[in-house]
Amino acid sequence: MYIEKSRVEWIKNLLPDTYLLCVHSPLIASRIKPGQFCNIKVSESDFPLLRRPFSICEVDGEFLHFMFDVHGEGTKILSNKQKDDVIDILGPLGNGFDYTGDYSTAIIAAGGIGIAPFPYLIQKLADDKKVTSFFGGRSKNNVIEYGMKNLLISTDDGSSGFKGNVVQLIESQFDQFRNETVRIFACGPNPMLKTLQEFSIKKNIECQISTESAMACGFGICQGCPIENAEGDEYYLICKDGPVFNAKMVKL
Amino acid sequence: MSYTDLSVSIGKLHLKNPVLLASGTVGYGNEISKFTDLSKLGGIVTKSLSLKPRKGNPPQRIVETPSGMLNAIGLANVGVEVFIKEKIPFLKELNTTIICNIAASSIEEYVECTKILTPVDTINAFEINVSCPNVKEGGLIFGNDLNSVGRITEMVRAVTNKPLIIKLSPNVSRISEFARIVKEEGGDAVSAINTLVGTSFDIWTRKPKIKNVTGGLSGPAIKPVALAKVLEIKRNVDIPIIGIGGIMNWMDTVEFMIAGATAVQLGTVNFINPNAGVEIVEGLHSYCEKQSIQKLSDLVGSFQL
Repeated sequence: MYIEKSRVEWIKNLLPDTYLLCVHSPLIASRIKPGQFCNIKVSESDFPLLRRPFSICEVDGEFLHFMFDVHGEGTKILSNKQKDDVIDILGPLGNGFDYTGDYSTAIIAAGGIGIAPFPYLIQKLADDKKVTSFFGGRSKNNVIEYGMKNLLISTDDGSSGFKGNVVQLIESQFDQFRNETVRIFACGPNPMLKTLQEFSIKKNIECQISTESAMACGFGICQGCPIENAEGDEYYLICKDGPVFNAKMVKL
Repeated sequence: MSYTDLSVSIGKLHLKNPVLLASGTVGYGNEISKFTDLSKLGGIVTKSLSLKPRKGNPPQRIVETPSGMLNAIGLANVGVEVFIKEKIPFLKELNTTIICNIAASSIEEYVECTKILTPVDTINAFEINVSCPNVKEGGLIFGNDLNSVGRITEMVRAVTNKPLIIKLSPNVSRISEFARIVKEEGGDAVSAINTLVGTSFDIWTRKPKIKNVTGGLSGPAIKPVALAKVLEIKRNVDIPIIGIGGIMNWMDTVEFMIAGATAVQLGTVNFINPNAGVEIVEGLHSYCEKQSIQKLSDLVGSFQL
C-alpha cells in the first residue's frame, strides 16, 4: 500500500455528470488488481476532510483511470481537476475480484456507475474466458458503454435496450448460458446486488459482488464500513475484507 | 536537530515524544504500521477493549461533517482474551509505548479487564474510557457522573500499579471537576477530550445519517473546544493532561502543549494521513530548533494570558 502524490494526466466526460480521470501513479499502477480501490484526497484543505473511495477502472502502464459520477462536494472538486494538478492517492486497498479458476463465461452485471471496476476486469480476463456484459441505467441518457465487451443494455424506461432492470435482463437472457460454466461479477446499487444474490444462490452460480459504503480510512482502522456476514453474527469491514465478496458470504 | 529533548513524562510513564495515536483510530497497530513507523512515536493507544468481544453498531456508522466526522462504531472489539492471544504478539515487537484502552458496561467489568491485562508486560499503561457516547450501557452514563468516574478510578487503581489514565468526556459542564476526582482517587493522568455528541440528518428522507441517531464528533471542528477543556483542567487541577481533539499537524500539537497538555493523541487525522504522527514528530524538532527550546516539556502550560 502506498500514499502516492499523483499528477493528473487528463480528465474527460463520458456523460454530462460522469467523468473519467487519468492520473500518473506508477507505484499503485504496478500493484493494483481489478476490484481493488483507492482512497483519494480531493483537496489539500480540511474541506472535505476525508478521502473518497473509488474503485480502479483501468490501468494503462503507469497510469490509473477512475470513473465517477458527480454526487456531492468531493466528486465535484475532483471533476474540476485539470492536467498537472496533483492529488494524493492511497492504495491499492481491499480485495479484488477472483477471476481465475475453472469457468468458461464471465457475466458482468453493472448498475449505473457500478460499471466502474469492470473495464479493468475485462482487460485482465484471460483470452479463454467468454465475456457477456449487462448494463442497467435509468434511461438512454444514463447509459455508459465504456470498456465493455458484448454489451446488452437495460433501461428502467425502455428508452434504450431492454425495458426493466439489469437483473431482469440477465434472467431473460440466461438460457443462452445453459451449456456454460458461468461466474457473475456484479457491482451496483444494493437492491440490484440483493436480487442478483438471490438469483445466483437459487441457480447455484458463483457470484462475486463489489459492495460500497461510506468509509473514512479505507484500510481497517476506523471500522466505519461494516457489512454483516451471512450468519448475521459478526461484521466484515468492506474496506479490508471486501469490497468484493462472494455473494454467499454477506447479508445485503 | 537531534539535540532537542522531545521526551515527556506522564506520572511514571516516560514517552520518547509526546505524540500518541488515539484509541479507535489505530486498531491494534497492524494495519497502520504498513504506512508509518510506529517506533518513531511516543506510543499508541489500542482500540477500546471489553471483557467479551463486541460486534459494534449496524451501519451507517460514520458520516462526514464540516471539518469533521461523526462516528458511532459502538466499541466493536475482539475482547480481552483474543487481544492477549492474537494482538499482543504484534504489539510486543513495535518498540513503542503501548497504552491499553478499556471500555466496559459496569464497574466490575472495568476491574476485571484491568486485572486480567495488568500482568501483560507489553502493556505499559491503561487508559480507561468512561466517555464513549455510542453505547447504551456504560459510556456516557459513567462519563457524566462524578461519583461513577471517581468510583471507577478508585476500583481500577486498586487492581493495577501501571500508570492509569482516565479519558474524559467533553459532554459535561465542568470537566475540571472530573479531572479533580480522578486525581483524588489515584489516577495518574487524564485524556481530554473524547468526542462531542452530535447528529446529522438527511433532509430528503428526514432520517438521521447515522443509524445510532447520534455519534461522536471529531476532527478539526472540535479543536477549539478541546483546547478550552485542556486549559480549564490545567488552570484548576494539578494532573498531567493528554490533549486530544482535531490535531492535524505539529502546529496543533504545539498549541495543545501551550494550553497545558503534556502529551497529545492524534485521532481522525490517522484516517486521512496515516503517517501524520511521524511528520508531527519531525515538525516538533524543527519548531524547537527555531525557538531554541532544549526541552520540549518546558512548553507545557506555557500560555501567556
